[in-house]
Amino acid sequence: MFLDVENLNVTFKTRRGLVSAVRDVSFTVEKGETLGIVGESGSGKSVSSYAIMRILDRNGRIANGRVSFDGMDLTAFSSREMRELRGREISMVFQNPRAALNPIRKVGHQIEDVLRRHARATKYTARKEAIKALEAVRISDPEKRYDAYPFELSGGMCQRIVIAIALACDPRLLIADEPTTGLDVTTQKVVMDLLAELTTRRGMSSILITHDLGLAAEYCDRIVVMKDGEIVEQGKPDALFARPANVYTRRLISATPRPGAEIGDLVDPPVASPPRPELGAPLLQVKKLCKVFGHGDDAVTAVDDISFDIREGETLGLVGESGCGKSTTSSMIMRLMDPTSGEILLDGKPMTDVPAAKFAREPRRASLQMVFQDATDSINPRFTARQAIADPIRRLTDESPKGRVEELATQVGLPLTLLDRFPHQLSGGQKARVGIARALASRPKLLILDEPTAALDVSIQAVVLNLLAELRASLGVSYLFVSHDLHVVRLLCDRIIVMRKGRIVEEGVTASIMDNPTDDYTKTLLAATPMAPSAERDGADTAMQVERAIAE
Amino acid sequence: MALAENTNADKGQRGFGGHVLYVLSENPITAVAFGLFALIVIVAILGPLITPYDPLESNAARALQPPNADHWFGTDSVGRDVFSRVIIATRLDMMISVAAVALSFVVGSIVGSIAGYWGGWMDAVTGRFVDTIMAFPLFVLAMGIVAAMGNTVENIIYATAIINLPFYARVARAEVRIRREAGFAQAARLAGNTDIQVLALHIFPNALPPMMVQISLNMGWAILNAAGLSFIGLGVRPPTAEWGIMVAEGANFVVSGEWWLAFFPGLALMIAVFAFNLLGDGLRDIVDPRQRT
Repeated sequence: MFLDVENLNVTFKTRRGLVSAVRDVSFTVEKGETLGIVGESGSGKSVSSYAIMRILDRNGRIANGRVSFDGMDLTAFSSREMRELRGREISMVFQNPRAALNPIRKVGHQIEDVLRRHARATKYTARKEAIKALEAVRISDPEKRYDAYPFELSGGMCQRIVIAIALACDPRLLIADEPTTGLDVTTQKVVMDLLAELTTRRGMSSILITHDLGLAAEYCDRIVVMKDGEIVEQGKPDALFARPANVYTRRLISATPRPGAEIGDLVDPPVASPPRPELGAPLLQVKKLCKVFGHGDDAVTAVDDISFDIREGETLGLVGESGCGKSTTSSMIMRLMDPTSGEILLDGKPMTDVPAAKFAREPRRASLQMVFQDATDSINPRFTARQAIADPIRRLTDESPKGRVEELATQVGLPLTLLDRFPHQLSGGQKARVGIARALASRPKLLILDEPTAALDVSIQAVVLNLLAELRASLGVSYLFVSHDLHVVRLLCDRIIVMRKGRIVEEGVTASIMDNPTDDYTKTLLAATPMAPSAERDGADTAMQVERAIAE
Repeated sequence: MALAENTNADKGQRGFGGHVLYVLSENPITAVAFGLFALIVIVAILGPLITPYDPLESNAARALQPPNADHWFGTDSVGRDVFSRVIIATRLDMMISVAAVALSFVVGSIVGSIAGYWGGWMDAVTGRFVDTIMAFPLFVLAMGIVAAMGNTVENIIYATAIINLPFYARVARAEVRIRREAGFAQAARLAGNTDIQVLALHIFPNALPPMMVQISLNMGWAILNAAGLSFIGLGVRPPTAEWGIMVAEGANFVVSGEWWLAFFPGLALMIAVFAFNLLGDGLRDIVDPRQRT
């Protein structure tokens, strides 16, 4: 047994006394094996790996249990011995590569640090070794990149640097904690393929911690499913997905969006998908919209001549990766930002003649509302849920806030007893409900959903998506669903627009985009999303498309 | 209906009180600081009621007595009771520093918030204005202001407020700026808030916790500054009881062995500054709703 974790218990000292974060967790990793640890937030998957590395926060400690690594008991190691071990024998790749890199040092020097720390290079050979490490993670032009600072590199490049640092000293075990969360799907594919290839070639063992079942299924030899600090099930991916023994695993699998599943199938037990509202007259018309930031030579065209309509009761999906202009587009439609040129019409009347700065007092403000991506960031930390929902009622309507807030809370399924809590006292799903209730407060005609489920666990995502579908059916409101994930968008949308570099590359009815995409980029996007094993996909074809897309 | 609202309000009150108790018990130093602060406030309020002697009454027969049972802190060169004078001075020193800090907090927050929220030329103008103040040695600037405008309590307050202004303006600007495009600020705009409402009702309250730390550090500093001005003769005039003057007057006697004249007002000054400096972290934790669970 290469890594053997036995009855691991981790406790944290908090304001409410001792909290046990991981209970009796046991798993093993063989030489050369990739183990996936899957679970939702709070399941203890990261804490377990931190315990192996002995990098728990100061208030956390390993209460009991054994971690044996190649025959050595890591829990008995001194902190000095652990320091020697980290980086040389066991390395870790963290979720946010930008936070993991020192922003004011050249990336080459950061690789040299770890090489010299473990005596893998001397002052004279460090540069050469660092460049070799950069080559290993396929950074093009490594001589030049050696001198780059992290802010000069893209998120995917930064993660490759982090991987280069982690692998610089040829460790025998790599722990990757959500290594691609926050990266675009096409970048995710490249980074994961690289990780898989490097670990296989070097015969390393690895642990992949992720919330994404599809990703775990695609890259792991074995999967451990965790919930509330305990392991609920483990096995090989195919068997696990085909015949999940545990109720929770089954619920997790069914909540993951996948081809063929309707929105109602995601929740457990499955419900009938809410009906789609009748489509009416065009509600929103966007004509030749452009947005240019900066002037002269520095000018960047974020949105380049896009036009589309949304009809009453219709849901339009706006899909694209980071930097494609989808957020800029939604800001302009929301009238938070003025376009450089082009027209936005609501009910046939132009809105762009009122500047964004004055739009707060415009009667049509109530018709356009938005659900933000990050519910935590979008609710004032000093407002209770009640105050947050009451704010638009007080400013935009003549209704009395008290009764209306409770009506809205009931509508979005937020228990009334939670209304007097502050955002930090609510869970992610509850905060999402507050955000939706607030957006509905002024009885809008058009709701922009800006990745409303991106920060949520899949099981909560399933519930929120169903809630949105029900609200659409009962209120007849139109949605513009902005997302990077075609498989999520498909569940809710009548039509889909795919954006890239500020332009619309493909537009069409959902089914035709999903089944017969004509544009190469749409195909790449569709193929790059990892899928549970039940889905039929052609791996070789995908890899080629992704590489071509990156090369462009 | 009214009843229900009342019980809700009660619950909120208890929650806040409980939170204060928690912050105090979690950090004993904060509890000490709050205890000292409470002592200073009580002394300042009760002032004349608890002095054993008239602080201005001289008595040549009892001049320069060392601390004893009648005069706990001894007497000065004209026989005034040092203990009574230290007590009476608390109110004046506190008043000067609270008024000065309040003034610079209000003006600095407004200037800084505007600069942070709108940026552009407003930021440039206020930024240079603040830099200009900072370019002077601050204590010398305060001396200059008091010397030019006249030796009154109001002018000490204005001078102290002006030299503290840049700190508030800078903190407010930075804190507002990082929240200008935050999700909740965008959401507030969508909810029909005008720019001023977004700034005043949504963004600024979130900048309060770091400002609180600044306030408490500044309070100690403002007391020192007021006492310092008086010490060099540019401030409150004798025979008014004020810690700075008392230290200045007592300093002449230290060489001849009458240490108590300067020691006790100096000790009061030190305790006040110490208490305010320690208060900062506790205040921040109390005004930050995220610290409550």
